[in-house]
Amino acid sequence: MADEALFLLLHNEMVSGVYKSAEQGEVENGRCITKLENMGFRVGQGLIERFTKDTARFKDELDIMKFICKDFWTTVFKKQIDNLRTNHQGIYVLQDNKFRLLTQMSAGKQYLEHASKYLAFTCGLIRGGLSNLGIKSIVTAEVSSMPACKFQVMIQKL
Amino acid sequence: MSRQANRGTESKKMSSELFTLTYGALVTQLCKDYENDEDVNKQLDKIVFSHFLPRGYNIGVRLIEDFLARSNVGRCHDFRETADVIAKVAFKMYLGITPSITNWSPAGDEFSLILENNPLVDFVELPDNHSSLIYSNLLCGVLRGALEMVQMAVEAKFVQDTLKGDGVTEIRMRFIRRIEDNLPAGEE
Repeated sequence: MADEALFLLLHNEMVSGVYKSAEQGEVENGRCITKLENMGFRVGQGLIERFTKDTARFKDELDIMKFICKDFWTTVFKKQIDNLRTNHQGIYVLQDNKFRLLTQMSAGKQYLEHASKYLAFTCGLIRGGLSNLGIKSIVTAEVSSMPACKFQVMIQKL
Repeated sequence: MSRQANRGTESKKMSSELFTLTYGALVTQLCKDYENDEDVNKQLDKIVFSHFLPRGYNIGVRLIEDFLARSNVGRCHDFRETADVIAKVAFKMYLGITPSITNWSPAGDEFSLILENNPLVDFVELPDNHSSLIYSNLLCGVLRGALEMVQMAVEAKFVQDTLKGDGVTEIRMRFIRRIEDNLPAGEE
């Protein structure tokens, strides 16, 4: 089933729709990212619930992060995270060298400033997934050269 | 390793759920966006539509390329053939369902797509205050946009919707006209 294209196009429309309504002055510009992030959060929550329905209980935080990097990422973006680093104190950096939502954009510097729009949803997705597994976190993303990007997950200790 | 065991078969279903959930989040967000304003509230559904159709349309305009590239479907000779391709190839490919085609108009320019189950509404229940929302309206936009790119102007609209208590979901398609390519002046 080729529904991947459908998701990619829908995501593009979401981003452009949110920013278009900002242009028309319906929402302030700064809230766009938050809005996209919130939508991602909702989806992450739902997905992880469906997804972990039949899986074994996770050993620890690292085990959960590995699950996100492998199974979760493969389902959503058709590949695994390329590199996972952690300082063992609640910070994880997930690096994707060819992030699916950025591959359709020019790989040069031209659109670098727009890249963050296309990462907000995914930040929310990770945060939502983790949240439903009982981990409160802050997720940020950065791009230095397209289409590679890094997601930084900061676990909030309760 | 029980976690790995059932992944292969499940993953396909999961990725369609990704689409369903993402679409759900978008609709919810739109509903929220327009809820703050009391005046707008009454017309909420209308506004949500006016935002959906162009979005669906934009998706359709691009999706058709993906579709043609993947499906190897050739030119359709009449509207009946188009209907067949939409139902049996396109819907199957992107949503994993095959709607049935019924209710042809005598002139052969209108038909209905009957969706026994609509994956877009898998997890959806319409709350009372949004009972007139045409939740899956995006699909109509997609159909219209995609067909426009292959020189067909059509009208698509929902006439039955399981979310509203109908037994099936029905999309009515009407052929309007063939779009002729207008070459820019000076080019032959």
